[in-house]
Amino acid sequence: MTRYIIQRLIYMVITMFLIATLTFFLMKFLPGTPLSAADKLSDEQQAVVLEKYGLNDPVPVQYFNYMVNLAQGDLGISFQFDNREVTTIIMERIGPSVQLGFQAMIIGTIIGMLLGLVSAIYHNGIMDYTSTFLAVLGQSIPSFVFAGLLQFYIGVKFGWLPVALWEGWEYTILPTISLAIFPIAIAARFMRTEMLEVMGSDYIVTARAKGVNKVGVVFKHGLRNALIPLITVLGPLAVGLMTGTLVIENIFAVPGIGEQFVKAINMNDFPIIMGTTLLIAFLFIFIILVIDLLYGVIDPRIRLAEGE
Amino acid sequence: MKKTNWLLLVLALVLSMFLAACSGGSDDTSNSTDDADSEETTETEDTSGEEGEASGEQVLNITDSAEIPTMDASLATDAVAFQWLGSTTDGLYRLGENAQPEPGIAKDHEVSEDGLTWTFNLREDAVWSNGDPVTANDFVYAWQRAVNPDTGSEYGPYMMGGVIKNAQAVVDGEVPVEELGVKADGDYTLVVELEKPVPYFESLTTFGTFLPLNQAFVEEQGDQYALEADTLLSNGPFVLTEWNHGEGWTLEKNQDYWDAENVKLEQINVNVVKETSTAVNLYDTGEIDRTGLSAEFVDQYRTSDDFKVEEEPVLFYLKMNQENEVLGNVNARKAIQMVIDRQSMVDVILNNGSIPSVGHVPQNFTKHPETEEDFRELNGDLIETNVEQAQELWATAKEELGMDTVELGYLGGDSEVAMNMDAYIKDQLEQLEGLTVNVQSVPFKERLQRDENMEYDIQNSGWGPDYIDPNTFLNMFVTDGGNNKTGYSSEAYDGLIEKANTELAQEPVERFETFLEAEKLLIQEDAVLAPLYQRAVAQLWKPYVKGVITQPMGPDYTYKYAYIEGK
Repeated sequence: MTRYIIQRLIYMVITMFLIATLTFFLMKFLPGTPLSAADKLSDEQQAVVLEKYGLNDPVPVQYFNYMVNLAQGDLGISFQFDNREVTTIIMERIGPSVQLGFQAMIIGTIIGMLLGLVSAIYHNGIMDYTSTFLAVLGQSIPSFVFAGLLQFYIGVKFGWLPVALWEGWEYTILPTISLAIFPIAIAARFMRTEMLEVMGSDYIVTARAKGVNKVGVVFKHGLRNALIPLITVLGPLAVGLMTGTLVIENIFAVPGIGEQFVKAINMNDFPIIMGTTLLIAFLFIFIILVIDLLYGVIDPRIRLAEGE
Repeated sequence: MKKTNWLLLVLALVLSMFLAACSGGSDDTSNSTDDADSEETTETEDTSGEEGEASGEQVLNITDSAEIPTMDASLATDAVAFQWLGSTTDGLYRLGENAQPEPGIAKDHEVSEDGLTWTFNLREDAVWSNGDPVTANDFVYAWQRAVNPDTGSEYGPYMMGGVIKNAQAVVDGEVPVEELGVKADGDYTLVVELEKPVPYFESLTTFGTFLPLNQAFVEEQGDQYALEADTLLSNGPFVLTEWNHGEGWTLEKNQDYWDAENVKLEQINVNVVKETSTAVNLYDTGEIDRTGLSAEFVDQYRTSDDFKVEEEPVLFYLKMNQENEVLGNVNARKAIQMVIDRQSMVDVILNNGSIPSVGHVPQNFTKHPETEEDFRELNGDLIETNVEQAQELWATAKEELGMDTVELGYLGGDSEVAMNMDAYIKDQLEQLEGLTVNVQSVPFKERLQRDENMEYDIQNSGWGPDYIDPNTFLNMFVTDGGNNKTGYSSEAYDGLIEKANTELAQEPVERFETFLEAEKLLIQEDAVLAPLYQRAVAQLWKPYVKGVITQPMGPDYTYKYAYIEGK
């Protein structure tokens, strides 16, 4: 097991290195310079500023310098927020995104799983059709439509919750619900399919035949086996949600990182683009490792290390 | 059956917990806003009980479209930064009502006869928020810092190069930064030497790049300067007291401001809101006192008493690359100018109060120095929409070129509004017989790069002023001008602009009239551009907000004299 984890960590470092390299060179294909007043400055004036940021060097030299700094944990300073450190900016902006993503995943997974379970148990009943209908709706209607409706009705019309902004826990409720719609739908769909399959398998029939009650079978034997595909899907989804979503953050004026990332790309703010990409990549790789380890916990049939 | 009921019960419980959490949250909301309100009320009762017109709590709640990129005056480049620098810092002058410069740190100034030396007399009662007096050296330091190549300022070289003596030489590293033409004569006299007479220099001194900096403080903070609310200083009407990056910031009245008695607002709360629909919803629930409106909201609110249209001196136009064979033909360019129905464009596509543009100097921007008539009014409509005449000119052009069909590329922006507009313009242009227009929608940076390399045929482009003078628009199109990029080169035009900026620099009337002549040449005779529209923004303002001044350059709004009445 330890050997397996060490091996995976080494792969992680290699993957991160490749992602950093690829992103760095791709980024250099972006048109224009990071200068915000490029349209007003003469070429000579632009050159003076670019010199200060080391952008006049040949790209391989820039790449080498960046990687050396990166290896020392230095992500550099932002171009659009003059002199502010990339690390500081990411730390400031990731908080709200993680909070919303986390809350949405918790709510989404619980409600989605319950819906899926209900569907499976009352297969082809009215409950099944209702929850399937809701799941399809949740998956096909874009989240910003829900967000807009929630904001208008709950926020403006009824005045039950804040319309937008970020000033306390109650301000997170509407964005959380908007974000949770998608995981609810996904979780419900996977849960239903998997439960139906698992509930039809021999060992469940055996358990039932031996007199274990239906609920006991569902929770003790069925759920555990149905979880595997669900975790595979939800892990990366969680990373996606926690690293910020442009649309929801904009609608509810959440100071998260999703919006910051998109803006950095538009502004050619290279250090922020690199920093955010690396962070997201790291989280993805990390969560995939965690999922692989979880498989073994949930289902002992899955062996991680060969020959042990 | 019993067992499944149990499961339902669990589900019901979970759901009810979730709903309870929601309603609990809403209770919290109302409580917390009540708390905030009462706090603010008590605060302001203490300080502003006896204001003349101002009544109630003097707190303005607004939004801005983006996080402040920087509060360092030397590095600022965009509207958001200049807005909040302008609210917290006084330069030599600041723009007041009708864009007239009014005293800031400078009480008054004298200009030498040759127009090259400006001597500013500074007030002695202005202080920084750490108690230091504001002195002439603060300006010397700030301006030197702005052109120092080590600072990496973009606007320093742009605003000062060719204006302040030796500025460009300092940028190029040819002379030391101390050679810059700005000197302190004692603590309260600032002597500025110019490269050439600059008639609009007074309005330039209100611009963000020319704001003073407290040398000791800036150097003490080093690379942390102006990154947080507590690593920057103000000397203006307001102090930045709280800055939550990405979320919003708070300004409070500067009690030590030299003109504090004229500042009525106690507090300005700003939140970053990017979506117009979100801002409108916040406005409707009374959370904020102003919102901009995009086209789709205008019809809904047009009849509201809160609805206001603010004209901006920002022009949009089609640039035509004269290196293209067809566009090198003046008749072809004139046909393009004439075939576009601008009125329908602003009414239908923009629908925000923008007006058709008929020249290359906006309306309500500069006035004749003697008669006070508006530049635009004096020069009138330099182009008109006339499809028939456009067809004739187009036919002549095709004949001269020996072509039957013409294909032109069209470079436009990639926002939704830009794409709608470009589709409309394509449609209008293709009324010209045998013309095919291929629209390419690209991101802003890409468009700039293609402009720089002149890789376009027709381009939808825009320009806002850097100072209040026709020169900021008209000198763009001199031969090889940094922003010309149309291949236009006319000795007559270059001569007019040159004359206005040299021998007529001290003759305001003749100078103004030379610009009138230059604009006619540029638009009417040489048809270098096809003007499109002058931008306006539709807004909602709560009726209890009074005294906010809208500015044509630098900060969009002056809040110094703003107050709340009868909220």
